[in-house]
Amino acid sequence: MNNSLKNSAKKTAMNVSFKEWVKSGSPFIWLNAGAVAISIIMVVGLIGFIAAKGLVHFWPAQIVEAEYTLPGNAPANILGQMTDSEMVSAIQLKAIGLKTENNAEEAKRILLKVGNRDVYGSDFRWVLDHHLSVKKFPATAMALERREWGNFYGYLDTVYEGNKLVGDASQDDAKAWEAFQGLVVRALDIHDSIMDILTGEIGSINYALERLRLKQRAYELDDELTQERKDEFEATRTELNKEYEVHQITLTKLYTDVKRDHIIVKETGGKTVKVYISEVVRAFRPNAMSTYEKIGHYFDKLGEFLGEDPRNANTEGGVFPAIFGTVLMVILMAIMVTPLGVVAAVYLREYAKQGIVTNIIRVAVNNLAGVPSIVYGVFGLGFFIYFLGGTIDELFYPEALPSPTFGTSGLLWASITLALLTLPVVIVATEEGLARIPRTIREGSLALGATKWETLTKVVLPMASPAMMTGVILAVARAAGEVAPLMLVGVVKLAPSLPLNMNFPYLHLDQKFMHLGFHIYDVGFQSPNVEAARPLVYATALLLVIVIALLNLSAIAIRNHLREKFKALEM
Amino acid sequence: MTTSPPDLDFNTPALRRYRKGRALKDKLASWGIAFGGVSIIGAVLLIFFYLLYEVAPMFVAADIEQVNQYQIPGATNSPTLMLSMEEQAEVALRVQENNTLTFFSVSNGEVLQTHKLPIDGDITAFDVSTFGGRLMAITGKEGGALLVKHNYRVTYPNDVRLITPWIEYPYGEEAINLFDDGHAITNITLRDGEEELMMAAIDANNQLTVKRYLKEEDFISEEVVLVEESISLPNIAGIINQVEIDQAMNFMFVLSDQRLLHVINLNEETLEETVTLDNLGAITTMTFLLGENSLLIGNDQGTVTQRFMARTLEGEWRLRNVRSFEMGHGDIKAIATEQRRKGFYTAGEDGHIAVYHSTAHRTLLNEKLVDGEILGLSISPRAKDLLVETNGTITHFKLDNEHPEISWASMWDEVWYEGYHEPDFIWQSSASTNDFEPKYSLVPLAFGTLKGAFYAMLLAAPLAIAGAIYTAYFMAPALRRKVKPIIELMEALPTVILGFLAGLALAPFIENNLLGIFAVMIVMPIAMLMFGFTWANLPEKVRHLLPEGWDVIPLIPVIIIAAWFAIEISPSLEVLFFGGSMVDWLNDDLGVDFSQRNALIVGLAMGFAVIPTIFSIAEDAIFSVPKSLSYGSLALGATPWQTMMKVVLPTASPGIFSALMIGLGRAVGETMIVLMATGNTPITDINIFEGMRTLAANIAVEIPESEVGSTHYRILFLTGFVLFLFTFVFNTAAETVRQRLRAKYGQL
Repeated sequence: MNNSLKNSAKKTAMNVSFKEWVKSGSPFIWLNAGAVAISIIMVVGLIGFIAAKGLVHFWPAQIVEAEYTLPGNAPANILGQMTDSEMVSAIQLKAIGLKTENNAEEAKRILLKVGNRDVYGSDFRWVLDHHLSVKKFPATAMALERREWGNFYGYLDTVYEGNKLVGDASQDDAKAWEAFQGLVVRALDIHDSIMDILTGEIGSINYALERLRLKQRAYELDDELTQERKDEFEATRTELNKEYEVHQITLTKLYTDVKRDHIIVKETGGKTVKVYISEVVRAFRPNAMSTYEKIGHYFDKLGEFLGEDPRNANTEGGVFPAIFGTVLMVILMAIMVTPLGVVAAVYLREYAKQGIVTNIIRVAVNNLAGVPSIVYGVFGLGFFIYFLGGTIDELFYPEALPSPTFGTSGLLWASITLALLTLPVVIVATEEGLARIPRTIREGSLALGATKWETLTKVVLPMASPAMMTGVILAVARAAGEVAPLMLVGVVKLAPSLPLNMNFPYLHLDQKFMHLGFHIYDVGFQSPNVEAARPLVYATALLLVIVIALLNLSAIAIRNHLREKFKALEM
Repeated sequence: MTTSPPDLDFNTPALRRYRKGRALKDKLASWGIAFGGVSIIGAVLLIFFYLLYEVAPMFVAADIEQVNQYQIPGATNSPTLMLSMEEQAEVALRVQENNTLTFFSVSNGEVLQTHKLPIDGDITAFDVSTFGGRLMAITGKEGGALLVKHNYRVTYPNDVRLITPWIEYPYGEEAINLFDDGHAITNITLRDGEEELMMAAIDANNQLTVKRYLKEEDFISEEVVLVEESISLPNIAGIINQVEIDQAMNFMFVLSDQRLLHVINLNEETLEETVTLDNLGAITTMTFLLGENSLLIGNDQGTVTQRFMARTLEGEWRLRNVRSFEMGHGDIKAIATEQRRKGFYTAGEDGHIAVYHSTAHRTLLNEKLVDGEILGLSISPRAKDLLVETNGTITHFKLDNEHPEISWASMWDEVWYEGYHEPDFIWQSSASTNDFEPKYSLVPLAFGTLKGAFYAMLLAAPLAIAGAIYTAYFMAPALRRKVKPIIELMEALPTVILGFLAGLALAPFIENNLLGIFAVMIVMPIAMLMFGFTWANLPEKVRHLLPEGWDVIPLIPVIIIAAWFAIEISPSLEVLFFGGSMVDWLNDDLGVDFSQRNALIVGLAMGFAVIPTIFSIAEDAIFSVPKSLSYGSLALGATPWQTMMKVVLPTASPGIFSALMIGLGRAVGETMIVLMATGNTPITDINIFEGMRTLAANIAVEIPESEVGSTHYRILFLTGFVLFLFTFVFNTAAETVRQRLRAKYGQL
């Protein structure tokens, strides 16, 4: 290679003068190498940063208790998890009327998650490290994850089963804690059955009632609603309502059951708060946990993140619906884009006469690839949703009007829009694959009497299939990370139900869905409590990066493998 | 041994059918595939034409069509004071001088109701507060003003809409006295507000009076009663023709001698200024545009000028001449203003009618529509029906004028908006009030787009091209195989993640370490060069530890340490040079505004997104330069760097150009990063420390809440279309260059 000549100057002389060095051109080469190094550092650093921020989210941080003395104020206790720290300069502090310790240039500032939003008003506090004294990590300090109001940090005081005192931490802490944990498990079980009924049975009944209403309305519009049919509808409706009543009674019972127990907890200032156990998702004492327990807790939280619904305005809990929505949308998109892209590539490479037309098509494909994604969103909104969807609604779903069925953003339109957006990716990859197959192989097949179509399906396409795979994987990776067009054609911040469920017709193409990328945007920027949501957003971002990186790396691996394979063929 | 040929018959019917089937399948497949291929062009064309289809209606002129003509309802010998239509344009009202209010059907002129008002004799003066508010002031010969409102009740007997008009006296059936001596009033103006109501009038003795009435609710009857407050006026010489009061009731405009316009400040009770409208010729008509801030003044030369009060730079209120419209058909006989938009309709001599929009400064129609002289005009609230009164007849027109507020000038030129002290580029598409003037200047958005792209390219272009040069030409092949996937991974990173990091992590970091960022940019290259020079002077033994083309690896720790060093020393430097905080120094000493989410952040984040795009294409271009060229150059004694600069780069330069084009296209259309890393304020400011709003981000922010088919919706489609065209041009150029380049290398 030519670079063997590169360091010729270096080889001849031990000591190079600066002038010679500049003359040899090496400084520029070093600068160019630096550019590559910077790019690599940026990519690796960025992914590392997201990973670091996202992965620590699930680790149970120590709860610190300290005496917080703001100059001029009486000391007060403060209790919370340390989430972040930074250095601030003395001048910045001076602007808000504070001083550094011993007039140092900088001071350390700590972000404490103090929780207890219902008591303090906000979850987070920035405090200066040197204002904290007597730091300790009490083993009995407890973190409560609640369904509302965010986390609670404090101490367990008493535990009540119904109205009966079953544990008093001041007498026997271990017993009280055990009793409390037992009640939490019980409440969680009941909560699960409530959710099962709500989303399962009652959801189905509501869905059936809605379908019934639409059917009746359809007959009405066609002027075919006879008294007989009306009675029939009425009968089914009564039946469904009756069923509903039964579930409602079970629910009422479960609701009173779940609300039975409560605990009294103390925050660090000494205030006591009554917390219903039904409100508690998880209670733990990080300071008392062994490393082994912490790892268990970590995976428990990770499982919750991947497998459960979001809580607390998306700032806590899991992102399962977003994962599900992303995957489903991407699958639908792949189903649409694969045949289209392959057909187009086959036409370009195998059927069309190379000339003006193919050149125009190639330019068109490249243009499709370069059009900003938001333009696809605009096109999807106008053409697919308002034009096509509106027409479909008028023709096939007049009974639901004026509320739109397909005339509004939804899963179908989102996947079609993204299919159009990723089409060039598949075309380019497939075409490249087809171009790599030697001519002789096609000619061999044709010489044996196979038709063009047979040659294509039996010989060429199987050989090109890894290339197609590469294209589809790249398309999927692109679609999974694209957000801007989806904001116009289908995603929502919180979907009431999954677009694939147990109600006929099971796959609901007209439903809106949640998406990981949009979840990041929404929780990170539109959430009322950005600070509290931030770790979760990092975790979500990490998840998305991992998925996309895996997809891309596998595409690259397939492509490299393919290149090796055909290198052998060409010889 | 001879073998007889096997007895095979290839022409059995079954085989023939099979062959036919195969041939047919082959044919069908080729058609199907051709169709599929061509439909790709179809998709591009579909996007293009669909966007065009949504955009086109904005640029068509108004269309007008006569639907009916009938004899005027009510007496023909008494002049019309006002013609008005209700919301649905089914019922119209004609107020006549002979104290008759006639409600009639718009479609055929059938009289529905006739009312006489409780005043003495004929109506001497008349005014309506706003057409939308429907409150009228009517004076009889006794001199007081009666406040009357025309109302419409909508019912649906038998599922058919029925509109029933009725007359209401919201402040009682007694006339309100404006003059103590009871002279007849010749001109009156009424302004109705939320909490107060104002009337100004001129009597037969050329006396001017103005009264302010506070609306107070009577506790017992819950009726609103008017409490009078009088205002004293400066003297005005000459014969007073007309008075008008603006919406905020701050200014009163008095027209005297048909050519002098006096502006009276009602709060300070002083004469603000007197404007001579001499050069306009005699004033024939004067009325307010929607919003009651702008006066439309028509003269006998066929010109309408728009004037409104605006502050000068010194802070004084002045009546500014904003723009004028040339109708050119003699006297402006009448002006009718729209109730939802800033459009208006003028009637000239000999049956000519023109349709204008004030903000867009656009003439949508100027035609002779009726025979004879026009006496009155009325436009329906939805601006779809127009009634034209000529001598004894009414002509009913249907109007198609959906998007008058857009013109080339309103999008790309400076426009003087109501209330602003000078013409400006402003994007402000919606507000809560009905009489809001939408500001659709695309300049701030286009500027923001280019600004973001510029700063992104500033970072990305040098890094990506330098990186591509090294990777394609100097790097060891084994390392190159590892670096390329990393760069591809960089390209695949979702922009939403980049935007999120830029907005939530990078922006606060840079705000605290602003100097650090600039220090990094200076320290890093110096560190690289220092390391390179030191390396060249190391003993051969050490140098040979690193194979050729792996220089990147030792540079990585060098760069990290240099960056860390630059960030670490920056607080001390800040104390030394900028009094502790560079942000404060920028703000206080230089007067440069600093917002946390600014163009620098966007430049860094979007630069990150664009680097791999440019890198891949440029690397490809440099790598595919035939090796024979560089070998030749090296053999002649050129250094590798000379070979690079003088031989390889010039050959690959079209490819690098196309890489830059495609990178620029990507930066222009990027949405999520801009959406998350800037404040999205549509300002026109080159300052790197200020945010901006780009075309793409604007679409994402506004299209979900714009009404389908509205002008706002269409203009967002237009911005999408502009983005589409922009990238289309850049991509086609880049692609053509690349195809040329490929052909050229083929020959070498």
